[in-house]
Amino acid sequence: MNRRIDITLTVNGERVSRSVDTRIHLIDFLRGELGLTGAHTACEHGVCGACTVRVDGDAVRGCLVLAASLDGAAVETIEGLSDSGEIRDLQEAFVARNAAQCGYCTPGMLVTAADILTQAPNASREEIREHISGNYCRCTGYQAIVDAVEDTLTARRTREAVR
Amino acid sequence: MKWPAMGYARVDSLDELWRALDAAGPEAQILAGGQSLLATLSFRLSEPSGLFDITRIAALRGVSVSGSTLRIGALTRHAELGSDPLVAAHAPLLAKAAPLIAHPAIRNRGTIGGSLALADPAAELPACVVALDATIVIASKGGERRVPAADFFQGLFSTDLQPGEIIAAVEVPVATAASRQTIVEVTRRSGDYAMAGLAAVLSVQANGQVETARLVYFGVGSGAEIAGGASAALVGRPLDDASIAAAQAALTDDLDPPGDLHGGPELKRHLARVLTGRALSSFLAPAEQAA
Repeated sequence: MNRRIDITLTVNGERVSRSVDTRIHLIDFLRGELGLTGAHTACEHGVCGACTVRVDGDAVRGCLVLAASLDGAAVETIEGLSDSGEIRDLQEAFVARNAAQCGYCTPGMLVTAADILTQAPNASREEIREHISGNYCRCTGYQAIVDAVEDTLTARRTREAVR
Repeated sequence: MKWPAMGYARVDSLDELWRALDAAGPEAQILAGGQSLLATLSFRLSEPSGLFDITRIAALRGVSVSGSTLRIGALTRHAELGSDPLVAAHAPLLAKAAPLIAHPAIRNRGTIGGSLALADPAAELPACVVALDATIVIASKGGERRVPAADFFQGLFSTDLQPGEIIAAVEVPVATAASRQTIVEVTRRSGDYAMAGLAAVLSVQANGQVETARLVYFGVGSGAEIAGGASAALVGRPLDDASIAAAQAALTDDLDPPGDLHGGPELKRHLARVLTGRALSSFLAPAEQAA
């Protein structure tokens, strides 16, 4: 079996072709090959959520995805979500609520929380906590993170109502 | 730590997979969603010579109903189990189990076939398919064979799967008006593996008598544990406080839980009794629950 695989995929909308070592996961590919260091490497066994990115529209653990398996896939990272403006209000709420302390978990938190904004616009605090339960914050700043997500949901609902 | 050096190949059809497995030998493994397998590589608990990625094999996908059987393709992801209308209508137990499995990002990749093939003793889906009396459809170069879920699991991380075989699908008898299905568990953190859990499937007649009962516990033994005594304690009786207490009492002989990081056997037994009460009470009419 091959130990190197040629893959072509899109990353944040840009077409990328590389020959990758079959043993590397998506996060080492993004960070090492493409220089996209927003998604963080942490536990590397699927527990902490710091490496959360999107593959084909779904939030996934980047450390539990083989880079070699991504031929034809569409990957979005926190860099892409930031540039597109999709979660600008959420990011501003994180700043306003001081929801990033050391900041290590923040990219994963944002990608995970972005799903709540689209899938559960009326989520309660309890539901927000449940949805981000797979993302660790070792500063234990969860209260502020839930505040920031809740503020964003409330603001979006208010804007929707005015419109 | 980083994954060991290994090969990787994507196979796009079952025929291609059989040829690849023949050529690669027994050290190669099959990669589906990878949400457990790839984590074991990080711990170097397994060092396969290579991985065959089956995620694009169309024959392993899809959910359909034929007669009184719901067929769930092995590559059906946990998130799909939780959102599929056919699953919700015909196997509500699996729809209820989906949100309990790990976290959203894991559910977006992990598959039912992968979870069953791993046979983790604390996982939800093995207990669910045993409780549902489902059939595991196993495919190999020689064709298909079908194994009752209760016979498929053979102990700790051990199944009836032979080299050269994969799970193709799960066939579940569709729920009837008499079916009562639920799953409950206790975890340290939402989405973690269960300290103890219970998948309960009952058939209750119009007069309130329990016709059949399958109480299957997880996280309290070496696999999905059928509690024969507790199940039998319910059959032929109305579901009420007395029969629920009888089922709880019978658990003492049904379960022999090993201690683990969470606590000793007595804690596990206690949790199993509490979960039995919660699950069975949820089947009672609201007025009876309040009593």
